[in-house]
Amino acid sequence: MEALTNRLKQVDRRKMSFLERIYLVAIFKGMMITFSHIFKKKPTINYPEKTRPFSPVFRGLHILNRDEEGRENCTACGLCAVACPAEAITMEAAERQSSEEHLYKEEKYAAKYEINMLRCIFCGLCEEACPKDAIYLSETFTPSDYQRKQFIYNKEELLIPHPTENPEAYKKALGNRVKREPVN
Amino acid sequence: MLLAIEMALIVEKLVLIVVVVMASLGIAMYTTFAERKVAAILQDRRGPNRAGPFGLLQPLADGLKLFFKEEIIPDFSAKFLFILGPALAMLTAIMTGAVIPWGNQIHFFGRDISLQIADVNVGILYVFAVVSLGVYGIMIGSWASNNKFSLLGGLRAASQIISYELAMGISLIALLMLTGTLSLKEMVVQQQEGYWNFIYQPLGFFIFLICSFAECNRTPFDLPEAENELIGGYHTEYSSMKLGFYLFAEYINMFISSVIMATLFFGGYDIPFLNEANYDQNWMALFGVLALMAKVVGFIFLFMWVRWTIPRFRYDQLMHMGWRILIPLALFNMLITGALILLKQNNWHF
Repeated sequence: MEALTNRLKQVDRRKMSFLERIYLVAIFKGMMITFSHIFKKKPTINYPEKTRPFSPVFRGLHILNRDEEGRENCTACGLCAVACPAEAITMEAAERQSSEEHLYKEEKYAAKYEINMLRCIFCGLCEEACPKDAIYLSETFTPSDYQRKQFIYNKEELLIPHPTENPEAYKKALGNRVKREPVN
Repeated sequence: MLLAIEMALIVEKLVLIVVVVMASLGIAMYTTFAERKVAAILQDRRGPNRAGPFGLLQPLADGLKLFFKEEIIPDFSAKFLFILGPALAMLTAIMTGAVIPWGNQIHFFGRDISLQIADVNVGILYVFAVVSLGVYGIMIGSWASNNKFSLLGGLRAASQIISYELAMGISLIALLMLTGTLSLKEMVVQQQEGYWNFIYQPLGFFIFLICSFAECNRTPFDLPEAENELIGGYHTEYSSMKLGFYLFAEYINMFISSVIMATLFFGGYDIPFLNEANYDQNWMALFGVLALMAKVVGFIFLFMWVRWTIPRFRYDQLMHMGWRILIPLALFNMLITGALILLKQNNWHF
């Protein structure tokens, strides 16, 4: 009969020879195999100290972007919330006062902006929907907390650090990824 | 004057006992760590490396965890025996260290101090007796648990130890015929002057090695605790530090049988190719202890290496190997040794 796959292997039913029957050779061979593994490179990455390199399209936790002067980009248009398939984003809009021009880029801004990270599926559709370049998925991942309600990130937690007041943290939050051009 | 010497002797022995017990506990502790590390390295993992530098505090953390675990004594168990089991296992494990010559004599405070708690002239018999007692800890604990898996584990431990003790004893008889003494110290001295017993008794050593794997309940003979068929075997019902004692006793046993093997067959504290008499006595004694420890580390590594290579025997295979292979082989070894000794006494004439 012709075999369906090339993985067919005939079982060897010959009587074992004396050397095979005392097993010692086989045991010794096995021990040599395990011994050789001492010198093998270990694939484990020491996680908190080292992280795996990410692909440039990695989608981690969200950040809310600011412009170069540190003004928030978000105008609370709600397109991200509409695009979100997991309905993880809620926001409330407010009007910018004249004294707040250094805080917000345009005359409407998000007074409240929350993302429920337990609902979020990190699809990145919010990032694609945003017309104001305001929301990005960063390289940060594995959020951990003790309570569910702490996974609802508010605006303060999502905002990128201020570029002039805290330039190092800002740079770090931007990450070293290549900025993607919007695809049209 | 006589009393003063006696006092000094008692103090000396007490110090020695404390040191030996503490050392065997400490070594057993780090053997658990080494076991996990060796297992990890043989399997391309990293092993515990979080507690302290290189994970060196891991055994302390493990011990602490065991102490804080809830202590459960099942309602249906025989309480006194249930507690006696692990206590006995631990006690017998520690007791064996008493007759082992850890090193040569040292000269301290104007006294020659032998680095051996008791140079009993039946030393090796004492070790055998105490090691055989060790199985009572397992038996009593498993019986007292009133649990079928525990009982099965205990039965297996008992029958396994009886089966392998025989072959071990017979392989040892050949060695005793060769050395003509039961005292471990004597044996080491003989090996220091001549060759290591391993050279005269390779088959004997081999049988002894296999049997000590079985005596220590180590893989491939870990049927008493066979976790995938008997849950935990004899310690199924145990928790907290009582479980810790059982596991710990196993590691002490492993340490002690490594020491015994090193002493019987590999010259004990003898440093090969070195004439100890030419150097300072105290330093040589220290290096002797280190040499013994190096041999022990080698054996412990072998124990672990085998454990993480070979799967467990089936029970009938275990019995078959004990009774139908090792015992005849040991008898054969004994006969050959006897014949050769006789021949030698006859100046190699029939």
